Amino acid sequence: MLTPESLAQIDRELTKYPADQRRSATMSALRIAQVEHRWLSNELIEFVANYIGIPPVAAYEVATFYNMFDRKPVGRHKLTVCTNLPCALSGGADAGKYLQQKLGIGYGETTADGRFTLMEGECMGACGYAPVMLVNNHSMCNHMTPEAIDKKLAELE
Amino acid sequence: MLEIEIDGKKLTVPGGSTVMDAANSVGVHIPHFCYHKKLSIAANCRMCLVQVEKAPKPLPACATPVTDGMKVYTHSDMAVKAQKGVMEFLLINHPLDCPICDQGGECQLQDLAVGYGQSSSRYEEEKRVVPNKNLGPLISTDMTRCIHCSRCVRFTEEIAGYQELGMPGRGEHTEVMSFIGKTVNSEISGNVIDLCPVGALTSKPFRYSARTWELSRRKSVSPHDGLGANLVVQVKDHRVKRVLPLENEAINECWLADRDRFSYEALNSEERLTKPLIKQGGVWQEADWQSALEYVANGLKDIVDAHGAGSIAGVATEHATVEELYLLKQLFAGLGSHNVETRLRAADHGLKTAGATWLGQSIVDVATAEAVLVIGSTLRKEQPLLAQRLRQGVKKGLKLSVVNPHADDLLTALAGQVVVRPDQLVEGVLAVVKAVVDAKGVAAPAQIDLSGVEADDAARAIAASFADKEKTAIVLGNVAQQNPRYAELYAAAAALAELTGAKLGVLGAAANSVGAQLVGATGAGNVFAEPKKAYVLLNTEVEFDVGDSLQALRAVQGAAMVVALSSFGSCALEHADVILPVSPFSETSGTFVNMEGKAQSFNGVVRPLGETRPAWKVFRVLGNLLGLENFNFNSSEEVRDIALAGDLAAKLSNALAAPVAVKAQAASGVVRLGEVPIYQADLLTRRAPSLQATVDGAAPQLKANAATLARLGLSIGGQALVKQGQGDAQLAVELDNGLADDVVRVPANHPLTRALGAFVGPVDVTQA
Ligand code: SF4
Ligand code: FES
Ligand code: FES
Repeated sequence: MLTPESLAQIDRELTKYPADQRRSATMSALRIAQVEHRWLSNELIEFVANYIGIPPVAAYEVATFYNMFDRKPVGRHKLTVCTNLPCALSGGADAGKYLQQKLGIGYGETTADGRFTLMEGECMGACGYAPVMLVNNHSMCNHMTPEAIDKKLAELE
Repeated sequence: MLEIEIDGKKLTVPGGSTVMDAANSVGVHIPHFCYHKKLSIAANCRMCLVQVEKAPKPLPACATPVTDGMKVYTHSDMAVKAQKGVMEFLLINHPLDCPICDQGGECQLQDLAVGYGQSSSRYEEEKRVVPNKNLGPLISTDMTRCIHCSRCVRFTEEIAGYQELGMPGRGEHTEVMSFIGKTVNSEISGNVIDLCPVGALTSKPFRYSARTWELSRRKSVSPHDGLGANLVVQVKDHRVKRVLPLENEAINECWLADRDRFSYEALNSEERLTKPLIKQGGVWQEADWQSALEYVANGLKDIVDAHGAGSIAGVATEHATVEELYLLKQLFAGLGSHNVETRLRAADHGLKTAGATWLGQSIVDVATAEAVLVIGSTLRKEQPLLAQRLRQGVKKGLKLSVVNPHADDLLTALAGQVVVRPDQLVEGVLAVVKAVVDAKGVAAPAQIDLSGVEADDAARAIAASFADKEKTAIVLGNVAQQNPRYAELYAAAAALAELTGAKLGVLGAAANSVGAQLVGATGAGNVFAEPKKAYVLLNTEVEFDVGDSLQALRAVQGAAMVVALSSFGSCALEHADVILPVSPFSETSGTFVNMEGKAQSFNGVVRPLGETRPAWKVFRVLGNLLGLENFNFNSSEEVRDIALAGDLAAKLSNALAAPVAVKAQAASGVVRLGEVPIYQADLLTRRAPSLQATVDGAAPQLKANAATLARLGLSIGGQALVKQGQGDAQLAVELDNGLADDVVRVPANHPLTRALGAFVGPVDVTQA
């Protein structure tokens, strides 16, 4: 289910822990799997569990605990806007509204062309740079004024 | 040792104890849910909060280590306030549906809520609702009632060895479940029912059939494997309603295997016979006991008179009691015959030992040994609770290894694993002998010819696990005992034991395997090889209880008279000429001697169904009718006292009576590995619908490794035709890469495979 490149990355994670504690690599392995498939289907979770040699339900526990793991299909780009209080006071809520309007979708929804999914996020520890938006879990964009948002969206295919 | 004061009581406890341990040791009860003495500490329910002097807030007793001079108050205002607060939180989401909950009356939450709960709730919002899960045919769920103590999750991971249950989700959304679409398949899964402190996990077969306070509780002993698990049988209206463990730390601890727990379903089965039956002109006629017994006595007498005492045979399984087997043997002795046999699945009757073969030590000793080698055993299915105990041993440093014809996962770490063909188990053990001989630089034991034997890495790993160890054991399982070269295998294991200083043991396959030997109900060998004129079958179904079932079936079908003392119809109805309905273990008093040589007597828990009678009484009357001496017993205790007279321990011995020469042989060709599926092992499990509905009860498949499948032209999921001797069977094909080349694993003693012959032997396999 995963490319040799992804598997090699998982193997690398596994080397970071003692041989009898392969379970420790679950989070990284799920992250790597999610990067490749964009979301974690039950089959993918089971595959990862079998690959690192832990019971599937143990990997499922991890996948359901952390909300940056997506267990439903998401668009090509997942945009997560921070709407916690410090951000909300400095334009975060407006950034969210602007995105909703512009994309024509609500939080937790995906555009019809499958390009964007919009999510609400919790404090990303960057309150000073509000409004803050995370793209595909990995790249953080700050000072997301409407102009900055327009520019960012145009970059994302 | 640390000093601690609990509620004013002073005591000393060993270092590392928790406050909960200390309190338990002086009988102070601290309310708790997640704490369980056999499980790791989770400390997630917070019910056990207590006040500790100088601590600013209440601490969880189960997770607080004792420090010297600690003062604990379990019922102070602070402690009780904390406990009541926790109870209020627990009851926020817990449904108050005790009247319709199966746990009602035996629910820890209900009990503690009486002490710590309020009479009404301050919570008015909607309670959370959690969808139920399908965990299989044994465990019923009402997940809304779950209080997230995680005992069930920890049980599957720590005791059963594989985490089948988990707690996905977070916070309010946490739910206990198996992985999507999977059932809980452990052979000891039913224990989560006992562990669950609330009504979230309850027994599916028992569901809604009785209330706990309507049941009387009676002690008994499990009739299945050789462990002899202690039972509490719960009874209502003379019917067995439920079976729970009776705690016995030396035997089953607080656990039961699923077959101990759920096989009672068979006791209430429609197939139970209640009246004696005689076949006349091919038609079954009900008879009264007197005429049926006379018919049997006269019939046996006539056959002995006409054909000699060698023409009759008595056949029983090792699930029968000491009393039954002793009287069966005495009855035959009275008729002049020694043809009584209980080792029905053995293919090699050549082994002679100085006494009854047994574990060689106590169950606790095996589990606390430093190294254990298991030879020829599908341990989890043969001895579910012993496998569990060894698993716990491994966590404490026990080095466990196996010599097996398969690589079935014991769900624990192995120090060494030798996998061989089933007809090469002897060579597998010889390889380990060789490794030990090489490592120690000693000569091979007498009688053991090591020419041509090579020790591979696996054998050396096993040898190394035994090096410099004081307390070690080598045990032989069912697969070994059913092996066509058992005597050689035993001798090789004995030699290895002598070399390493290990204690040799035999894992009693059935509840009374040791007892059967003690009363002399074995030793006749294969009583079907040369067909007899008459067979007396005591709760024995030849198609399912005998190794070469095809041969046995032929013999029985050809006999002039077949007397079946049976609790159930079906097989008996097919082959017998007269049927005497006898009581299963629940309806008779009796004794089983478990694998560690412990005689455990029990009483009947319900009265015999209909006109059924305990088999020991039937034999007594037959003895009287035949005018035999010494058959005047008034109670089963009298029978037992004579049957087991003398020093039991002195009659147990695993020492070889005569030397057995062992030499490596070559083997080739496609060979069958036959084993009895866990829920086909005895006539009760065969008739327990819930056990049959489990994954372990599913139709057997033919399994082989990838190379063998390819060579045989079989594809996974396809069908294979297995031919052995005169019989054949058609089975679905499955991959098992834990098998050696050219081995096909075809389960035995199952309706699908009963037409096949010996467990281990050449077979023809083609695509069907
Ligand atoms: S199902 Fe029962 S045992 Fe399992 S976590 Fe919930 S309350 Fe505890
Ligand atoms: S509140 Fe948005 S980053 Fe902290
Ligand atoms: S029993 Fe101590 S926290 Fe649950």
